[in-house]
Amino acid sequence: MNLEKMKESFNKWKSDYNKKKDASKLRQKKFMSVSSYEPEPLYTPLDLQDFDYFEKLGIPGDYPFTRGVHNTLYRERLWTMRQFAGFGTAKQSNERYKYLLKNGQTGLSVAFHLPTLMGLDSDNPLSRGEIGKDGVAIDTLADMETLFDGIPLDKVSTSMTINAPAAILLAMYIAVAKKHGVAPEKLSGTIQNDILKEYIAQKTFIFPPEPSIKLIVDTIEYCSKHLPAWNTISISGYHIREAGATALQELAFTLIDGRTYVEAAIARGLDVNEFAPRLSFFFNSHNDFFEEVAKFRAARRIWAKLMKEKFGASSQRAQLMRFHTQTAGCSLTANQIENNIVRVTIQALAAVMGGTQSLHTNSMDEALALPTEKAVRIALRTQQIIANESGAANVIDPLGGSYYVEKLTDEMERGVMDYFDRIDRMGGVLSAIDKGFFQSEISDAAFRHQREIEKNERIVVGVNSYCDGNGEKGGGDILKIDEKVEREQVAALTALKKKRDNDKVKSSLERLKNDARSGANVMYALIDCVEAYASLGEMCDVFREVYGVYEEPPMF
Amino acid sequence: MSEKIKVLIAKPGLDGHDRGAKVVARAFRDAGFEVIYTGLRQTPEQIVNAAIEEDVDAIGVSILSGAHNHCFSEIMNLLKHNSIDDIMVFGGGIIPDDDVAYLKSIGVAEVFGPGTPTDDTVKFVKANVRKGNE
Repeated sequence: MNLEKMKESFNKWKSDYNKKKDASKLRQKKFMSVSSYEPEPLYTPLDLQDFDYFEKLGIPGDYPFTRGVHNTLYRERLWTMRQFAGFGTAKQSNERYKYLLKNGQTGLSVAFHLPTLMGLDSDNPLSRGEIGKDGVAIDTLADMETLFDGIPLDKVSTSMTINAPAAILLAMYIAVAKKHGVAPEKLSGTIQNDILKEYIAQKTFIFPPEPSIKLIVDTIEYCSKHLPAWNTISISGYHIREAGATALQELAFTLIDGRTYVEAAIARGLDVNEFAPRLSFFFNSHNDFFEEVAKFRAARRIWAKLMKEKFGASSQRAQLMRFHTQTAGCSLTANQIENNIVRVTIQALAAVMGGTQSLHTNSMDEALALPTEKAVRIALRTQQIIANESGAANVIDPLGGSYYVEKLTDEMERGVMDYFDRIDRMGGVLSAIDKGFFQSEISDAAFRHQREIEKNERIVVGVNSYCDGNGEKGGGDILKIDEKVEREQVAALTALKKKRDNDKVKSSLERLKNDARSGANVMYALIDCVEAYASLGEMCDVFREVYGVYEEPPMF
Repeated sequence: MSEKIKVLIAKPGLDGHDRGAKVVARAFRDAGFEVIYTGLRQTPEQIVNAAIEEDVDAIGVSILSGAHNHCFSEIMNLLKHNSIDDIMVFGGGIIPDDDVAYLKSIGVAEVFGPGTPTDDTVKFVKANVRKGNE
């Protein structure tokens, strides 16, 4: 490469470009990414002059894993196609899971209804109107038995989106498996178990941050002894992005949350080389293709460096970041809903180009309601088309070496480090949550994004442009949850609470309280409780009593 | 109208999706309204009590959990029960069309779905507030 020649031709190009720009010949005044980042119009070798291949990229499967976590990537095994699903009663969701598995899905992903996420039973007055609405209603082990009826838990991996009460749902899963005759060490799957992003963005918190982190470390410790193939946490940027964060904020806040969990586990005395291989991540994939690919690549590099340099992780498994991706729910429009199929395709392709380990593609109708079966099938087929027809899965990290993508990957890394410094100066993640730092960064970005759309600085097809009066409004079939679900769920719970051995329930809850008070690992007591058919709400009440509850100061 | 219009942005339901509520609250503030945001997971009783205490002109209810029919009808009943007819109730969130028709039939002034420009919501409230519920 003759750099002098490159500089000369670049400068000539730049002056021609600027002439057109100054003469207002460009289509827009500003060209920006979904995250309001303004890229240069052209990237060249001049942007990568000091680029050290082995320092920045390495070979796929080798430190710093920028190019991917496997040396064969999708040539050996495709990503896991994992559609998040759950609604109504356990029986209805069980049928949806069987349908998805029959259609070629390779892993389950359970959505719980809001009362379960908030540690409330279906018969709690606060649960009224919410039963089975945006997830499946789980009150006791009996519901979990129905949910996984006829599903081979030794073969299928299950991801459960559960946070504040994650330890309880894990205990239930272990108990169901036991009834199926499947030993804990055979179980594979994930609990989301990431409470920090709840305070930051998703807001389904129950207890204060410190005891919540203690519960998480309990699950990490328990699984490292008994469930070696279980992902103990899915450190999530997804919800941070959905709440309005930029790609960079999503990445920075997620990684610093991850760092906080690693510090807590090390403080418990756990060995980083033992527990870190079971940490997993969960990212969003939005419309700006290159920005997303750069984000995924930077994520692996930053995490590997952090694990190796800061925490002294020596095994490769402890350094590499595995992640799940979901396409951006917040990018879906309620207008002209079929357009969402195209958005999801672009986003899913970015996730694959970014080397994801598993993927959920949203259904086109999710801006209106939970998806219909047909919409879910199209979403799954989208992944299958990318996997089998597009050629994207043939080559490892096919965008590696792109001047733009490498430059953007570097800038993501630098931006993350800047956020780390700012958050550390505030006293770390918990203190930044306390000060409302993340929350205000995110709501500023969300507001800016909305204003850009309203001022037509940002085009959203079918929303502020290209509205032709045909099909702007959704229409068509949507999935409705029958109000009967609420009555049935409450009746079943009431009957179960009468039928079970209530002395056993009482004594197991007593043990749970003692263990929670003493600071012992609560997993053992939780398994006792769930096997006695104590309800989720009863167990969470014990924790509420011992740990207290968290309330967020309202701000906007 | 010389006095500032006072709006309560309320977040019932168990979901924590506060992006929309916060964006709308800011848009009202920027448009010169006095805005109170309730914070998350308020029961209909808490919302109506706050509206009465703060003497607001309108309640904007944001809900994405699917419990909208229950939450809105409780709010409307409580307002009626307290003989309040000068507080306008409007809403937003993930609310299917069929349910929008139902919500309007019980007195909800308007429901703004995803993609609504905040200016539309602000203009609507400006034009329709302090008229009394029909």
